[in-house]
Formats: sequence, C-alpha cells, structure tokens
Amino acid sequence: MASIRLERLTKKFGKVVAVNNLNLEVRDGEFIALLGPSGCGKTTTLLMIAGIYRPTEGNIYFDDVLVNDVAPKDRYVGLVFQSYALYPHMRVYDNIAFPLKLAKVPRKEIDRKVHEVAKLTKIEELLDRMPGQLSGGQQQRVALCRALVKEPEILLLDEPLSNLDARLRIETRAEIKRLQRELGITSILVTHDQVEALTMSERVAVMHQGVLQQYGPPDELYDRPRNLFVASFIGDPPMNLIPVEFKKTDGKPALVTDSFVLPLAEAWGEVLGQMDQGEFTLGIRPEDVRLSTEKEGNALLGEVFLTEPLGGGTLVHFRFGEISFRVLAPREIKVDVGDKLWIIPDQEKLHLFTKDGLSVREVGRQDAH
Amino acid sequence: MATHRFTPGSLERERRKQKLLRFSMYVFLILASLPIVVGYLWLFVGAFTGNLVYGFVPQELTVANWSFLWESPSPAWPNIWRTFANTFFLAAGVTVIMVVVSTSAAYVVSRMYFPGRSMILASTLILHAFPAITLLIALYYILRTLGLLDSLWGVILVRAGLMVPFGIWVMKGFFDDIPWDIEMSALIDGATRFQTFWKVMLPLVKPGIAAIAVFAFMAGWAEYIFLVTFVRDPNSWTLSSYINAIIGNYRFTNYGLLAAVSLFYMFPVLLFFLLTQKLLMKVTVGGIKGGR
Repeated sequence: MASIRLERLTKKFGKVVAVNNLNLEVRDGEFIALLGPSGCGKTTTLLMIAGIYRPTEGNIYFDDVLVNDVAPKDRYVGLVFQSYALYPHMRVYDNIAFPLKLAKVPRKEIDRKVHEVAKLTKIEELLDRMPGQLSGGQQQRVALCRALVKEPEILLLDEPLSNLDARLRIETRAEIKRLQRELGITSILVTHDQVEALTMSERVAVMHQGVLQQYGPPDELYDRPRNLFVASFIGDPPMNLIPVEFKKTDGKPALVTDSFVLPLAEAWGEVLGQMDQGEFTLGIRPEDVRLSTEKEGNALLGEVFLTEPLGGGTLVHFRFGEISFRVLAPREIKVDVGDKLWIIPDQEKLHLFTKDGLSVREVGRQDAH
Repeated sequence: MATHRFTPGSLERERRKQKLLRFSMYVFLILASLPIVVGYLWLFVGAFTGNLVYGFVPQELTVANWSFLWESPSPAWPNIWRTFANTFFLAAGVTVIMVVVSTSAAYVVSRMYFPGRSMILASTLILHAFPAITLLIALYYILRTLGLLDSLWGVILVRAGLMVPFGIWVMKGFFDDIPWDIEMSALIDGATRFQTFWKVMLPLVKPGIAAIAVFAFMAGWAEYIFLVTFVRDPNSWTLSSYINAIIGNYRFTNYGLLAAVSLFYMFPVLLFFLLTQKLLMKVTVGGIKGGR
C-alpha cells in the first residue's frame, strides 16, 4: 500500500498544457476520483502516476519517495484502461498471468494467484477463452484481474465503467468499491461521470482545463462548491444558475433580474453588502426549493412551463423571461403545465458566485485569512 | 390503403435483370483473362510435347524437354539443382532481411516521435514508387566497390533494400492499428520496451509479417534484371539467369526446353501461393480483432 503526493505537477504536449500545476495528495488505502469533462487532463494525470508520461514539471511521490524517473514496471501500479486493453492474442488466463510471468514468478504460484483473483471477480469459467469471445462486462473483469493479480500498491482506473451498459455499470460500481475496500488498496478513479465519482470514492478532485478546481469529500463538493464550474458540474439535474444584481430596496436586501425580484435573508444581505460589486451569479439546486400554492416569506411566483416525471419525483420547469428554472418536486405534489406556484428557495442553501466565478463563501474565507 | 410497391411480376423482372447482369459480368471477366490463360496453356502444352504445329497444336507427348533435370543441356551451364538452390537462397535472403528491417523500422515509425520522422515516412512512399531500373548503373558501381559483384549477396541486399519501403509502409499500417492502450498496459504490467515489442506487438502483427514475407519471397524468386546485370558466374546463377541463357545463347531457341524450365521455375511459386493466399488476402483487412 502506498500514499501518493503530486506536487506542482504540469504536463505540456507541445504548446498545449494538459495538466497545470496540480497539487494533490492521496492517503494510504484511500479511494479518490479525478472528475471532469473530457480533455480536462485527468487521464494525463493518471498516466503520469503510472509512469507512462513523464511530467514536464513537478514531482510525484509514492510514500514520500520521488518516483519521477522510475519506470512503469517498477512502480507497482495496476491500471484498468477504458478500452480494457486486453492482449487479443492471449487466452484470458495468459492475460492475467502476463504480469506474473514477466516478474518471473514460479509457475505454480502464478496458477494459484490467477485462480485466486479470477474467483474474486467471478470469472473462473472464462479462463480458457480468448478476449474476443467475451462480453464487455467480462472483459472489464479480466482487465481488473490483470491489474490486481500482481498485488499492486496503487490501483488506477481509467473510466472503467463507461463501456458497460447502465445496469451492469451500477453492479460493477458496487463490485469495485467492495474489492477496493476488501484489499485496502490505494485507488484513483478517473471518470467524467459525477455519479460514479460521488458514489465510489471518499474524496473527489474536480478538474477543468488541466486545473484542479476543488478536492474534497462528495458532500463538500455538493454543499459548498468553490466556484461556478464545480457548481455547474456537480449535481443532477444541474444547479440553476442565474445572473442577478444585488440591491437593497426599502432597506431590504434582494436579488434582482429583469424578470423577478428575490428577497434575501438578512444574513446574506450583510455578506453581499460588504462586497464591492453588485453583480453575482445565483445558484439554486433544483432539490433545494419548495413549491407552494400560498405566498410565503422570500418567494418567487412562477408559471409551470414543462414537467418531466422522473419516477421518484417530477422535474418542474419554470420560465422567467429568458431564464429557465428547474425544480425537483416530490411525487406527492401534482403539478400541471400552466399552474402558478410560489417557489421558495432554502435561503441556507443558496449559492452566490462573484463575477470571477468564485463562491461568495470562498471569497469571505479568503478575506479572513 | 397503401399500395404495394412490389408485385410478383415486377419481382420476377428484377430477378431476371440480376441474372443477366451477372452473366454479362462473367463473360467480360472470361474474355479479359483469356490472354493470360492462353499463355499459361501454351507453357503447359509446350513443356510436354515435341513440335507444335502452327505453334499451338501439339503433335506427340514427350518428357524429353525435362532432361535438363538430370543432364545439363550445355556444358557452359551449371547444374539445375544448384541453380534451384541459389534461387531459393536468394528468395529466402531477401525475405529475412526485408522482414526484419521493415518490421522493426515500421514499429519505430509508427510509435516513436523523433526529428525527421515525417521525412522518413514521405521518403518511403517516394522510394516505393521509384523505378529501380534507373539505379542499375549506380548500383553496379557500388557493388563493385564493395566487392559484391558476381555474388548473390549483392543482389539480395539490393532487392531487399528496394522492398523495405513497401514493407515499412504495410507494417506501419498494422502497428498503427494496435491501440496505444495495449502497449501502455504491457509496460505497466512489467514489460520492458523490448519485451513489449516482442511479446505483445509482434504476435499482433503476425498477419502483416506473413504477408510481406510472401511478397518478399516471390520478388526474390522472380528477380531477373539485377541478376543478369550483376551476376555472371554460372555458379551463382538462379533459374531466371538460366532461362535468360536459354533464350540468349541458342541460335535457335529451344522452345520445348524453355517451356519446361519455365514450368519448373513457376511450380514452387504456384505451390507457395496456394498455401499462403489466405494470409495474402489479410493485407487489405489488416489490424487486430477482439480486445475491445
């Protein structure tokens, strides 16, 4: 087992900066995720940890040992590729045994270990097949076996689930999490799927254009997104983001757009009043809103524009002029297109971002330092 | 009610049209291949008969034309079996050199980035299209300087060298088809760069190797112009030099002997082709199956 520390890690391909000044640390036995849209540098980071790419700048430490110049074969890393990358000319058995054969492990020992991991992932009956004869899910398991068989100190997973169908993905998700916990192996999952990242890992690092946006436990990313990117990327259905202006009318704080005025709680008024600007982006998660037929405190009146039944609830779309606004309504509430309802946001769970895209809470915290 | 687009009558007409099309296609193909077929037919008939009336109608069956197998038709000519062995040596030599050089070069060109890479790629294409005959005199001087005139090694090196660009081009395609992931995976699994090449990459390009090997072997077997230009010593003759001698040295060419030796020359290639044609066809298919 090993801990990992990335220090000012940068990778350039020609003039393109794939990863920019990345600092990240993974505790021994921890399961973290690198999350971001495609092209954000997450796979590049993974391949640098594996030793395939050499960092342009910065350092990689395993257990406080600098490994920048260590060859991939000496890093004790297991990697599962998105494409699985099985060797097409070898039987499943030989695929799994390949790392052990290269390490000159005695034949009997190889046989024992291959059967052991095959049993762990329930593919014992596939050992004599060729990779081309397997389904996607089976290939994925073989790839996982091959990565685990040499008992690596670090397990790297590059989009391991994205080629599986939805059902299998949910099962495999739990399976990998169980295996990781059983083996206690330090693991890094690369994914563009926030559900995968949030459900599987203990901490999530959100990346965008090669830059780390936020690194923390799933709840933290969800409750306190540091900036607009994280706010918009995390959450499904996504957060409503609306450009607003902060004003005090009759001494009462409110957020104003062309189409509505949302009165604010006093606490928010104090925070925003201290800032030297008036324009913000308001973020409200669809699930942090109540709908009511009665007017209550700080509420907005909206007309239902579209409804999408999701099974567990209903996604209700409102429209204010140009602005569309989604609300996740519990299934008990019956909503029809054309209904006029009061939208009551939970003032505690409002998110406000400055023009630079930083969270207002974050700005406050930085000022405090 | 929707109207049916097909009636039994229209279907029948369609089928007849298809049949006619196929028939005319066969007629065209047969006519087009007729000259080649007639040529081979003449070779077969000529090899086993004495005189041909009007150059085509056989008179009597004989194996007299095949006496070259046990006695040399001319004291100046070498033993046919030695010549046969030389031909095989030449073809095998070209094959080995061409396969080894172009496979390793293609791997580098496909996988590694180095200054001049695109120039090498462009030059392989140009060299492949280059008419080798224009190099004849320059090569003569080079081989003379190297002391490789009158030796099969000289011809082997020249022919292999001329085929390498083609080999690189074909093999690069095969290597390009192998996903990077597979190679990275091998490196992470603990293989060195060379082990990756040897244990993972090479097995995956086997069809390509087989294909270029067949091409190289056939080119070596059929080598003519460099042989008759660079090799005079009868001890280094191959079958094509032998045939050249039959045509050139007799005042009146013995067509029976010519046909027999030609058939003898062709036979191994025909056999070889029949055995390997499945591999040859894979050149166009290429790539790897499975793994994804």
